[in-house]
Amino acid sequence: MSDLALLLQDVLEEPQLIDWEWIGENFWEDIVPAFQGHIFLSFVSVAVALVIALPVGVFSARYRKAYPPVTFVTGILYSIPSLALFAILISIPGVAIGPAPVIIALVAYSLLILIRNTVAGLDSVPPETIDAARGMGLTNRQILFRVELPLALPVIVAGIRIATVTIIGIATIGAYINGGGLGQLIFDGISRQFPTMIIAGAVLATVLAIIADLLLLALERYLRPWARARRT
Amino acid sequence: MLLRILEVYTRPDFPEKLRQHVLLSLAALLVAIAIALPVALMIRNTRLGAAIAINIGNVGRAVPSLAILALALPLLGIGFASALVALTALAIPPILINASTGLREVSKDVIDAARGMGLSGGQILSRIQVPIAAPVIFAGIRTSAVQTVASATLATFIGGGGLGDLIVEGYSRRGPEILLAGAIAVAILAIITEVGFGALERAFTPKGLKIAQKRGK
Repeated sequence: MSDLALLLQDVLEEPQLIDWEWIGENFWEDIVPAFQGHIFLSFVSVAVALVIALPVGVFSARYRKAYPPVTFVTGILYSIPSLALFAILISIPGVAIGPAPVIIALVAYSLLILIRNTVAGLDSVPPETIDAARGMGLTNRQILFRVELPLALPVIVAGIRIATVTIIGIATIGAYINGGGLGQLIFDGISRQFPTMIIAGAVLATVLAIIADLLLLALERYLRPWARARRT
Repeated sequence: MLLRILEVYTRPDFPEKLRQHVLLSLAALLVAIAIALPVALMIRNTRLGAAIAINIGNVGRAVPSLAILALALPLLGIGFASALVALTALAIPPILINASTGLREVSKDVIDAARGMGLSGGQILSRIQVPIAAPVIFAGIRTSAVQTVASATLATFIGGGGLGDLIVEGYSRRGPEILLAGAIAVAILAIITEVGFGALERAFTPKGLKIAQKRGK
């Protein structure tokens, strides 16, 4: 216990651990661009993943036989450790280190979560609602876009939320293959043995993940007006 | 290329790196189970406890694994031990959150019925709650195990060893066969973990629950 107390004392009193002067001097040159780069990587990856996952999810919900192979393939992609996936991607001839392989890997990780939630969202639409829509003379396409997808949207957004938080975390590792972002601060901090940079990168990545989580949670609630109505 | 990759696996230091990776992951997972399961049992009947577990789980999900490992460097120093501490911290949240929700979600009616049959509190826990929650608890352990194997790859950045060493060596020395050999070994290890724990999860699902699940479908 005294060891822990000593350690805590070290952490709190160690002047080198957080060098506020460095943070002040490098705020605009290093920290802000890393933060922006991280937002860019995460946003582009989730957006691209959505463009792929939504049609695949709708297709898998319709043709149930396609669903197990889709989850199998995306499941394997999901379980490959990120550093290994980055390494495999940059070994492919023609793929240079930089943001591109990082985005490809981040898209691959988002697919499983997004497809699963799209299918679950579509499954949650009550069959009576679809019958009613058909009875009102809506075509299949209209039913999909005006009834099923809007009703499935909260579950899809819940998937986007999990995927985004996951992606923001994994994106830090992408800095190892020059993807940029907050991981750059962490890796530079490790190689320079400079804790301030590690802490700045770690704390900002966590804060970004928490902000994204809360914003998407708010969106998810907003998209469930029926739940709000029931509560009040 | 394939031959050169296979050659890396015959290097004398490969078994040692593999052993380090498995040992690091397994030790972190076991310590995390030893911490998370008793805590989940202790807090199973309190609302506050559940809220704490869920919040730890959510915050744990938001903190990047690289951040936890990198932070261990200035706090605990370089090497295997600090990697182990960091990986254990990463392994706890999924187990805690699943064990806590799994135990809470056992239906009140089932517990009432057990009490009506004269089972004591301890018997209800060991014969009713734990078996019914077992699949959910195991799913948490599985998530955690796969995550730990993946994060153990990053241990190399703080001198913790493991298969990540090969990836870093291949990357910094421009040895594509070493890079790929490390990456493939890690990927296979992760997939084996996923599939292996999936089988364990099924094995730990009580027979009655499987029948109920099938009927539910």
